Amino acid sequence: MRLAFSKDDEAFRESIASWLAENLSGKFEKIRFRGGPGDEHMYFDERRDWEYRLADGGWTGVGWPKEHGGRGLSIEQQVIYHEEYARAGGPGRVGHIGEGLTGPMLIAFGSAEQQQRFLPQILAGKELWCQGYSEPGAGSDLANVRTKAVFDRDSDRWLITGQKIWTSLAQESDWCFVIARTDPNSRGSRGLGFFLVPMDQPGVDIRPIRQLTGTSEFNEVFFDAAACDADCIVGEPGDGWKVAMGLLGFERGVSTLGQQMLFQNEFNEIVAIAEENGAASDPTIRQRIADAHIGLRIMRYNSMRTLSGDVGDGSLEKSAMIYKLYWSTWHRNLGNLAMDVLGPEAEIAETAPYDLTRLQSLFLFTRADTIYGGTNQIQRNIIAERALGLPREPRPATD
Amino acid sequence: MEFRFSEEQQMIRDTAASFLAEVSDSQAVRQAMANGAGYDESLWSRITEEMFWHAVHIPEKLGGLDLGYVELVAMLEQMGRCLTCSPFFSTVCLGVNALRVAGTEAQQKKYLAQIAGEGRTATLAWTGKGRRWDAKSIDTTYTLTKDGVFLDGRLHYVTDGHTADLLIIAARENGSSGEQGIGLFIVPAGAGGVSSVALPTMDQTRKQATISFDKVQVDAADIMRDAGDAWPLLSQVLDLARIATAADQTGGAERVLEMTVDYIKERRQFGRPVGSFQAMKHKAADMMLRAESARSALYYAACVADEYLAGRGTDVMLAEAASIAKAYCSEAYFFNAGCALQMHGGIGFTWEHDLHLYFKRAKSTQQYLGDASFHRERLARMILDAPT
Repeated sequence: MRLAFSKDDEAFRESIASWLAENLSGKFEKIRFRGGPGDEHMYFDERRDWEYRLADGGWTGVGWPKEHGGRGLSIEQQVIYHEEYARAGGPGRVGHIGEGLTGPMLIAFGSAEQQQRFLPQILAGKELWCQGYSEPGAGSDLANVRTKAVFDRDSDRWLITGQKIWTSLAQESDWCFVIARTDPNSRGSRGLGFFLVPMDQPGVDIRPIRQLTGTSEFNEVFFDAAACDADCIVGEPGDGWKVAMGLLGFERGVSTLGQQMLFQNEFNEIVAIAEENGAASDPTIRQRIADAHIGLRIMRYNSMRTLSGDVGDGSLEKSAMIYKLYWSTWHRNLGNLAMDVLGPEAEIAETAPYDLTRLQSLFLFTRADTIYGGTNQIQRNIIAERALGLPREPRPATD
Repeated sequence: MEFRFSEEQQMIRDTAASFLAEVSDSQAVRQAMANGAGYDESLWSRITEEMFWHAVHIPEKLGGLDLGYVELVAMLEQMGRCLTCSPFFSTVCLGVNALRVAGTEAQQKKYLAQIAGEGRTATLAWTGKGRRWDAKSIDTTYTLTKDGVFLDGRLHYVTDGHTADLLIIAARENGSSGEQGIGLFIVPAGAGGVSSVALPTMDQTRKQATISFDKVQVDAADIMRDAGDAWPLLSQVLDLARIATAADQTGGAERVLEMTVDYIKERRQFGRPVGSFQAMKHKAADMMLRAESARSALYYAACVADEYLAGRGTDVMLAEAASIAKAYCSEAYFFNAGCALQMHGGIGFTWEHDLHLYFKRAKSTQQYLGDASFHRERLARMILDAPT
């Protein structure tokens, strides 16, 4: 075991840190630390410009293989990239779904034509993506999608009809990847297709959802015979579930370490308030602050184990499986701690009518963390069944 | 960065697992915990003569294996899994660590060679009676006279204090208080004026004793470094021992999870395995989250201990990593052992089933050298400027 980074890696750290110091300034100063989860609707235009700046510097797709236009960084250097990005207060990336999900998905499952069509646009920050998975009747039971895809021979296109929900950045996105039922007689995970659907067309209607935060990062997206070209299905009809599940696996990669730097920034802010308002001398608050510190450090060690690769006993796969349950629970507790450190001041919002402070948003938005992307209960089922080998949930017989 | 066992470290772990499966099964543990010493002499001989584990991190020039803390915790994790009864922890994680951190060159040469070569056992005795694990708990005194140094007092909660050959004693200068005036001394167990009494313990797999000192004269050569100002050294020894304890806890936390998963797959009620109920599955998932996270905290702390012992890390880094590991692993083990008892139902409540041994060891190691609250407050002092 070795904790230190190599000299080359430290030199790389220096190069990304100085690039960020130089570029994340001037007109970009005001978007530092902005646009993360719960704040994704803020400063959109400035963040879009920032995406172009990153692309010009060659700092998009750093983990993608070189043959697909990426930077092909080692795991270590990707870790460093994400750490320095978060440390510098790099804003939430408007292109993160394309870079983190669509790109790796196309590299793994897409055709050469699809790769050539979409990957350069993602890297250049020119086309933004959103995700069309959940539906009103398909939340935790994701395979229960009802959205239909019908192939129209006259126009040689797929026509998508149905409703998606909890789609973030839908208004700003050029494309949406959608799972939809290609076989109308199928149920569950069979008979699904994975589609790349252009958003700017009459058959797509976007309606923002007003959340308990009062803001609207999330949307409902209605597809009414929305068209997508015949070559915009990934894999074959029926492969949708395989692609969708493969894509979820990309979500727990190295960017988790960058996420932890954002958590560290939030934690530091809470500590500073506690020191200033006297909460730091309350024994129970001290215990909770220390507990949050322990939790965040261990989150990092868990990720380091996952990223260092398997040793063959399966334990590292386990450390990856607990990741979502671990961080969502930790983050939710941090939001609660923030309120308790603030005391009565926690109630006072930024401005009328309902503009919340950053920590109020943290407190409220983290209640979504334990729900989206697989609820904590679903995570526990997955851990129990796949990691521990306990019997699967009895499922109603399908025909 | 490479945060995983090397091939050699995996081999050490696997060897430890298969050796202990053979020599430290349930029957062996129950026999050892019932005898007065608390361990089986022949097992200790095999460990010291055949495996040479006791010399794992003793330098090569003193006859040791010269391996690091990662290798040490790999062994301790397996011992925790098997509830192994032996003077390994007291000798290696208290005695050897104290000699490495606070021993003079001459003391290391003499005593580490004795431990490595002859399998002599050792322990550390430092607290008085009470519930503290800080400098204030030290109430044995030392007095400097023209005839030498004399120790007086009673030391409590001494791991293997009734069997250790070599005692490393923390005492305070008469009249001093707090972290001031602390000295460390090496005393052979048979020295005049030393008497020890074994105590019956709830966790029978980890024996404790009370040791009394009545005007015990210490040889000038056995006064350890920085006498009168040795609290920082002692504190570092304790941090190394905390990481070692966390290793035992990690092994135990993982083992009780395995026992529980095996059981709830087999046990049937209402016509199906009880492990098919979500109430059980979700508890098991929470146990796994803790076992895995304990492991991560432990391995990180072991790496920091390695850096510290190699002279590259600071005592602050060591203290932080030790407190994180001890706080987390203590709660993880107790949580897992408690869940395991609940999920086994009635069978786990019997003396015959091994679960109670883990449950008790979880509690005794949780208390030992500071529970989670103690370590959280210690971390709070590192994080926060404001006083309590």
